[in-house]
Amino acid sequence: MTYQSIPWLEIAVLLPLTGAVLFGRIRDPLTAWRCCLFAAGATLVCGVASWVAWEAAPDGGGAATRSLGATVFSLDALSAPLVALIALLHFLTVLSTTRTGMNRFPVFWLLAGESLVLALFGCTNPWVIGGLLAVGTLPPYFELRSRGRPTPVYVSHMGLFVALLLGGLAAPTGALSSVLVVGAVLVRSGTFPVHAWLTDVVENCSFGTAILHVTPIAAMYAAVRLVLPTAPEWVLDGIGAASLVTAVYAAGLAAVQSDSRRFFAYLFLSLRSLVIVGLELHTAISLTGALALWVSVSLSATGLGLTLRSLEARFGRVPLTDYRGLYAQSPALAVCFLLTGLAAVGFPATLGFVATELLVDGAVGVNPAVGFVALFATALNGVAVMRVYFLLFTGTRHTSGVSLNITLRERFALLTLAGIIIGGGLAPQLYIDSCYRAAGAILYDRGNASAF
Amino acid sequence: MTDPTELAVILGTVVLAAPVGLVAALGLPSLVGAPLSERATDRACRWVIASGLLATFGVLGLMLATGNRHVVIDFGNWVSIRHDGSKQGGHAHYQFAVKFEFDRLSVPLVILSFVLCGTIATFSTRYLHREPGFNRFFVLFAIFLAGMVTASLADTIETLFAGWELVGLSSALLVAFFHERAAPARNGLRVWVVYRVSDAALLFAAVALHHMTGEGDFDKLMGAEPWPSGRASLSETQALLVGLLLLVAAAGKSALVPFSGWLPRAMEGPTPSSAVFYGALSVHLGAFLLLRLSPLIAVSVWFAAAVVTLGFLTAVYAYLVGTVQTDIKSALSFASLAQVGIIVAEIGLGHWVPFLWYVALTHLLGHACLRTLQFVRAPSLVQDYRALENALGERLPRPSGPFFGAPSRVRAWVYRFASERGYLDAILTNYVVRPFVLLFIFFDRLERRWTAFLNGTHELNNTPAGSSVPKSEPAEREA
Repeated sequence: MTYQSIPWLEIAVLLPLTGAVLFGRIRDPLTAWRCCLFAAGATLVCGVASWVAWEAAPDGGGAATRSLGATVFSLDALSAPLVALIALLHFLTVLSTTRTGMNRFPVFWLLAGESLVLALFGCTNPWVIGGLLAVGTLPPYFELRSRGRPTPVYVSHMGLFVALLLGGLAAPTGALSSVLVVGAVLVRSGTFPVHAWLTDVVENCSFGTAILHVTPIAAMYAAVRLVLPTAPEWVLDGIGAASLVTAVYAAGLAAVQSDSRRFFAYLFLSLRSLVIVGLELHTAISLTGALALWVSVSLSATGLGLTLRSLEARFGRVPLTDYRGLYAQSPALAVCFLLTGLAAVGFPATLGFVATELLVDGAVGVNPAVGFVALFATALNGVAVMRVYFLLFTGTRHTSGVSLNITLRERFALLTLAGIIIGGGLAPQLYIDSCYRAAGAILYDRGNASAF
Repeated sequence: MTDPTELAVILGTVVLAAPVGLVAALGLPSLVGAPLSERATDRACRWVIASGLLATFGVLGLMLATGNRHVVIDFGNWVSIRHDGSKQGGHAHYQFAVKFEFDRLSVPLVILSFVLCGTIATFSTRYLHREPGFNRFFVLFAIFLAGMVTASLADTIETLFAGWELVGLSSALLVAFFHERAAPARNGLRVWVVYRVSDAALLFAAVALHHMTGEGDFDKLMGAEPWPSGRASLSETQALLVGLLLLVAAAGKSALVPFSGWLPRAMEGPTPSSAVFYGALSVHLGAFLLLRLSPLIAVSVWFAAAVVTLGFLTAVYAYLVGTVQTDIKSALSFASLAQVGIIVAEIGLGHWVPFLWYVALTHLLGHACLRTLQFVRAPSLVQDYRALENALGERLPRPSGPFFGAPSRVRAWVYRFASERGYLDAILTNYVVRPFVLLFIFFDRLERRWTAFLNGTHELNNTPAGSSVPKSEPAEREA
């Protein structure tokens, strides 16, 4: 047995599922958290190993999909890095959980959710993708119920999503099928006006669950696998237009929010809409930019979310109704907020910079107005991030009798994310090459190889 | 023996590496929770800035000795994507080159940046001694220096944009340096908002240039001849379009009309940063951008006319407003703005008399040095005036204003106009910011109601436990 013949991806999918079954019933919060961290860490190792094995394979790096010993799961240029990314996001989220948060830490649903997302990103079969997307809506639902929060918003939107998705997959290939699947993708990606579920989940679930449910942008994966290969041009134009409107609308809402979680939800909604805009333009440059921005947004939004989560662990829910002046108490959290927030909006020397440049460049090539609107949304997001930074960390003197500074685990998690964001920003060629290969494979599937 | 060109490249690399090294030296220890001591910070600043300055002088010496007025340091493509076969969307390929150039324009500005930043760094180690934000100030200061050097030496518009953004971020954060009061934070945000408009315009100009020429290189865009002899390879219409975007970018960064309102607000920051940012370097960055892209002005007469008009408007506005300011930093900031306006007008007039580009550059350098000195001297000058008036037992005589002989109604109108700073801030607030904020607050309320309706709950009950329902929206109050 060689290193490459080991089914790393399958192990990465099964490990958290086994962990969920084994550790989900542990009563002691600290022990449960430790077991969960172990499972997430082992999954991360397998996720990274699957990526490395794929890259090192003789035909690795090519556009073609390559099976890794199983018929259901396979990796390609798009999914190989994403699997490692998702495992990393889960590991860092578990790692950065504070002791106060461990009491209500949803070990079972977190690990089960990780397994589902990894399985989703590791397969290309439309029906399996549809099934996993449908099942993937369950963890937040059960968490909403267990926390006693209202579920109708989530249920109605996800019900619509599942119905449209399964209807689209069942319908004969053609315009109707495309429209139904596109409708499902629009609901799942939180496109205006079917976006209420996203703010609802972020507001009412635990922050960790909300981050992990929204930041991988499963809708983007569904769009790449289910929509792009077959959808007619007018359908893609429609998604692009709707996403562009959502990007600006959500950016505007993020800039006026009076609650930190809603700010996070709208900022993320705007960013993920920009990713989808790039996707639907389906030129080689815009698609490369969209894929690069996807990874960048996932990483930076997770970092931003974890920072806000750390603040909540210290100060409770953080309303943005007045200046909080938390810098003196938590300078490292302030720096992490700024780094991840600015990376999310494509600040120079971060991963998002080149991605945004590519996306806008590709958009201008198709239609200058699209590029201009995308830039406007990015500028608004930048304003929203800095406004919240000033509100949270400056403006008054916050006094506390005890130290509220960042813990070692939180610092490690946030600095790891910051390191990847800045490292990728300073040396982006490898990462862009990988995205470009993936874009090529996607355009090839669409029969649009001439655009590559 | 080393080839002079190779030596120039090595020295040029030192010039670029020095400020980046300073950011790393000051920033990384802070990031891991072990910031440098005041003494170590002071030494790091001195050594790094001195080595950057000496290396720049080295490059200048080599340029003078060899007669080469255009030394390019090409680090290759930072990002490069090449297509094969036919294309869609008008792209042949994408590349983001990291190139820097030492020429008649960039070398003086880099020397100015190192000299002024070195002076201010030394001044600040005493001025901010034992201040809680000492380390933060110097990290931001190092980012500013890195941004200035990058923007000054950039040979591609994308590299210039990267430096431009770093300058903007450090400026906004230093305006909000004093965390214990709300006003600096509010003004820092205000500065940031204007900078974002400026950044978006510059980025769009960069993308537009990419599409029109296929490159972001100034060499390709303006020809390989040293500044200011380059010839733009754009048509008049293209030059006007890109030029207007660049003019918006420059107006935001240099506080030209109608964005002038942020300049006095920026005085909330510590005096040393006000001196070097808004008296000397940052406020001139817009003018530098126009100088760097002066071949565009040569191509389009309409663009040149727009630049001249905006420059003169700003100069007149700043002069009028500056005469009624009652605090020394605001008065200096408007005096500074008046000179920046004249510099911009000189750049625009370069369309007809290209020699004026040299005049504008000289004006910029001299003005930056003088204004830094005035800003740094300002706090003690006020003290000296007070001592002098106490000794005399009466107020010092004040010179008459420019409208001394004008009818009283005209004087009153002009006074009110100047006192309200030309109503520019009010116009932007009331007709741009406020409607935008109110519109989105309205949307937010609709969102909350819609969610509450779907959930079958009362709107307020839907607010999660632990979060307070705002009595009035903060954004609304900010607006």
